[in-house]
Amino acid sequence: MKIIVCIKQVPNTTEIKINPATGTLIRDGVVSIMNPDDKGGLEEALKLRDKYNAHVTVITMGLPQADDILREALAMGADRAILLTDRKLGGADTLATSNALAAALRQLEFDLIITGRQAIDGDTAQVGPQIAEHLDLPQVTYLENLEYDGEKTFTIKKSTEEGYQILEVDAPCVVTVLASANKARYMSVRGIVETYDKQVEIWGFDKLGIEEEKVGLKGSPTKVHKAFTRGIKAAGEVYEVDAEEAVGIIISKLKEKYII
Amino acid sequence: MNISEYKDVYVFVEQREGKIQNVALELLGKARDLADSLNEKVVAILLGYNIDDNNTKELIAYGADIVICGDDKELEYYNTEPYTQAICKIISERKPSIVLIGATTIGRDLGPRLSARLATGLTADCTKLEISETRELLMTRPAFGGNLMATILCTAHRPQMSTVRPGVMRAREKDDSRKGETEKISVNFDKSKFRVRLVKTVKEKKDMIDITEAKILISGGRGVGTEKGFDELRALAAAIGGKTEVSSSRAMVDAGVMEHARQVGQTGKTVRPNLYLACGISGAIQHLAGMEESEFIIAINKDKYAPIFQVADLGIVGDVHKIIPLLTERFSK
Repeated sequence: MKIIVCIKQVPNTTEIKINPATGTLIRDGVVSIMNPDDKGGLEEALKLRDKYNAHVTVITMGLPQADDILREALAMGADRAILLTDRKLGGADTLATSNALAAALRQLEFDLIITGRQAIDGDTAQVGPQIAEHLDLPQVTYLENLEYDGEKTFTIKKSTEEGYQILEVDAPCVVTVLASANKARYMSVRGIVETYDKQVEIWGFDKLGIEEEKVGLKGSPTKVHKAFTRGIKAAGEVYEVDAEEAVGIIISKLKEKYII
Repeated sequence: MNISEYKDVYVFVEQREGKIQNVALELLGKARDLADSLNEKVVAILLGYNIDDNNTKELIAYGADIVICGDDKELEYYNTEPYTQAICKIISERKPSIVLIGATTIGRDLGPRLSARLATGLTADCTKLEISETRELLMTRPAFGGNLMATILCTAHRPQMSTVRPGVMRAREKDDSRKGETEKISVNFDKSKFRVRLVKTVKEKKDMIDITEAKILISGGRGVGTEKGFDELRALAAAIGGKTEVSSSRAMVDAGVMEHARQVGQTGKTVRPNLYLACGISGAIQHLAGMEESEFIIAINKDKYAPIFQVADLGIVGDVHKIIPLLTERFSK
């Protein structure tokens, strides 16, 4: 079985703060990480590798420094890593991103394509299903658990608002995985050492065989018109008092506002 | 693409087991505003099987001018491919200018599939939708993990599609005297593409909690810290009683202390309770996005510089582990 996992390098957005004086992002010291849902997806692939000797390829589209997460994936146990990087691919919205990734995936063999459900920088959850559509493959999103019959059928537990669904789908297909589906393994020491001998393949736009109008900024139907920090309403009263007094203030305020 | 051919505001109406989901009614409310400023119509797309007339009446009462009903056994339960085929057919034939979809597990599965098939843009999780002077849809959404807001345009492609999370828009008052039309459509499905088989749908207890319905939310963050810390919040919620629930920041969900159904914020739920008591929550922008519309906000945090104090109506610089038990004691009396 051949599995391809699409991963993305993202800033650890939970650590980003706004400078209240200037209203701008403080990005200093914010580290880049493998997107958590993608890591859950990679672990799903590695479990299939352990059990069925599946071959796992990881692919990312991004800046040259996205090499870091590919090396991490190799050290976790992936067999092959591809970095899709080209200025012509930059500034892409989800549709243009999915066009580029789908074009790359067409060059590869696969039985299963795995993506994370969504990336923490954009939270759109769009690229996985869009890839599936471009490749004319069935999709299952919000994957919480996956069972494989060893031949061609996947039985998938899909998380929903109300509980879950059990779905069946045959290879080839696309699944989007939740970070909570798996506790991702750590890089092994041997893996880290072996990674030095493994090559990360660099693919550019020319490798894709796709029109330039379909990728990058040009291929993006949506464009950012403006970006701004959210206006913050006027702050209320703040008290720095001991616990007893604080409770008194809270209770009287709640009474004043008819909340209790 | 001749953009001038595209008009009207369409809403994908999500139904589960024949029940129209609230998010659809909220989208109809917003669609009504947009259509009124464009002087166009609101069209609801309702897919299902043995659709009840009361459902179509409900959609009209909440703002639809036309309800398009796709009634077919294949559409009884949501499944990506039959729904995508049905909606693509409607969109290709009727050429809507705008399509709104709820950002639920269904809408977020369907929306991107549609956008790729139709080769148009889709803006996820919009928090604000407006019509520009040039009659384009201005779609505002959190970006960069909620740290920035971005207004997105889809200038050269139609339809302009957006998803909106439940609880973000407000439904209009139900007006049973509103008049509207219902049109039935049929779809010639390409069943060779139906490749995902639904084995079963299971409801778990997690549907019992709906923090968006709570009147009072006691919400905990890193400062609450542990399961035991949340027990203190639960004790307070129990002492207050009524429609009081415990909710959580993303950090505590990621840490596995709280379940995702109770998460407030950009990747959790958007809430508007009468009282939001933020305990040990620093107030990352992505959290504020989910609760700043609350009627009254009280924040308790050790760090007097925590951003949560900037949105709180009342701020207490102090230790939640001391204040919350005391508060519980007072309420228990």
